[in-house]
Amino acid sequence: MDLTPIWLTLKLAAITTVILLIIGLPLAYWLSKGRSIAKIILEAIITMPLVLPPSVLGFYLLMAFSPKHGIGEWLHNAFDIQMVFSFKGLVLASVIYSMPFMIGPIKSALQQLPLSLSQASYTLGKSERETFIKILLPNIRASVLTAAILTFAHTLGEFGVVLMIGGNIPGVTRVASIAVYDSVENMDYTSANAYSLILFCITFIMVISVFVFNKYKAKSPLE
Amino acid sequence: MISIDIEKKLRAYRGEQVLKIATQFDNGSITKIYGPSGAGKSTFLKIIAGLVEPERGKILVDDVVWLDTVSKASLSPQNRKTGFVFQNYALFPNMTVQQHLEYVSDDTQWISRLLTIGKLETFTSHKPEYLSGGQQQRLAILRAMAMRPKLMLMDEPFSALDPKMKSELILRLKSIWDELGTTVLIVSHNPQELKGLTAREMEINPA
Repeated sequence: MDLTPIWLTLKLAAITTVILLIIGLPLAYWLSKGRSIAKIILEAIITMPLVLPPSVLGFYLLMAFSPKHGIGEWLHNAFDIQMVFSFKGLVLASVIYSMPFMIGPIKSALQQLPLSLSQASYTLGKSERETFIKILLPNIRASVLTAAILTFAHTLGEFGVVLMIGGNIPGVTRVASIAVYDSVENMDYTSANAYSLILFCITFIMVISVFVFNKYKAKSPLE
Repeated sequence: MISIDIEKKLRAYRGEQVLKIATQFDNGSITKIYGPSGAGKSTFLKIIAGLVEPERGKILVDDVVWLDTVSKASLSPQNRKTGFVFQNYALFPNMTVQQHLEYVSDDTQWISRLLTIGKLETFTSHKPEYLSGGQQQRLAILRAMAMRPKLMLMDEPFSALDPKMKSELILRLKSIWDELGTTVLIVSHNPQELKGLTAREMEINPA
C-alpha cells in the first residue's frame, strides 16, 4: 500500500492548523469584542463553510484561482504561482474550509471570560496585547487545544473541496480521503479499508488526547 | 486634588436613571461611598478608572485632564493607573498569589510586605481556586496596592472578611495609604461597616 496519501494528509492538516492558529487567535479575539456590521458580515463569511456544500466552495475557489481568471491569473502572471492542482491550493482551501472550527471555540471561550479580567489588567497598566498573552490566552488554553485538534481532524476528512481545487495528482494533491474514494472506484477494497482504518485511528487518538491533556475538563468536540 | 463632574445614563428596571455627580476629593483623603443598589456606585468608580465612558463630564487629577467629553480627551485606564479592587475580585485563574503581585511589581521587598499585610505569606503558591473567599478578596486588594497607586478605587472590598480580620486589615492599609499619600474611595452598601476609618461620607442617589 502506498502511504504517500497519509503523509500528505498529515502534512496538509499540520500546516493548516499552524496557519489557522496564527490567523485565528487575533481574529477570534477581535470578533469576541463587541458587535458591528463588519464583524457580523465577516463572521457569516467565516461560518459559511459549515453549511455550504464543500463542492460549491471548491468550485468558487477553482474559478477564483484558475490561471485564466481574476486573482489566479494575477498570481500566475505576477509571481508565477499556480494555486489550482497544487499543494499550495490545498492549503488555501483547507484554511478557508476549516476556519470556523478554529475561530468558533476560541471566540466563544473568550466571550465567556469575565470582562473584569481584562479590565483588572488594564488598570494595572498592562497593554491590550500583554493582557491577551498573559491573562486571556492562558485561561482559554483548553479551548485553544480543542480548536486546534478539531481543525486538524476536520482537515484530515476533507474531500469535496480538495478534489475540486487539487484534483487527484499522486504525491501532490492525492490526500487520504481521495485515495479511499479512488481505491473504491477501482474495486480495491483492501487499500480503501487500510486508508480508512488509518484515518479512523488517527482521529480517534486525537480526540482521546484532547480529554487526557485537559484532565477531562475539555469540552467534547460536539459541544 | 481630584475634581469630578460627570453625567451617565444608567439602564434600570423602571426606565432610565441618570448618575449625576459633581464633587472633589482632597489628596490623601478617604471617602466612603454608599447608596442603594443600582444607584451607580460601581459605575462611578469605573468612570474614574477609565473603564466606562460617561455621556458628559470632566475629570481633573492634580490639574491633569483624565477625561473631558467636550474636547474628547480621555486618558486610557493603563495611564490612569488607579488601584482598582473589583467587587467580583477579578483574580487571574492562571496565576498564583505570588504571580499576581509579580505581574504588577518586581520589587520583592514590597511584595513581601504586602503579603504580610494581607496575611497571605503561606499561600504564595496557591491559585485563586484554592483560596477562601476572604483570602481572594485580600489578594485583590494587595494586587491593586502592588503598584503603589495614588488613587485607590475599592468596590465592596471588605465584604467577605470576618470583623476581626477586617479591622486589622483596615488599620494596616490605612498606615500604607498615609505613607504613600493615596486618595481612597471605598464603595460600601453599609457605611457602618467601615467603623474605625476616619473618612468623609458620600451618598449616591440616581436622579
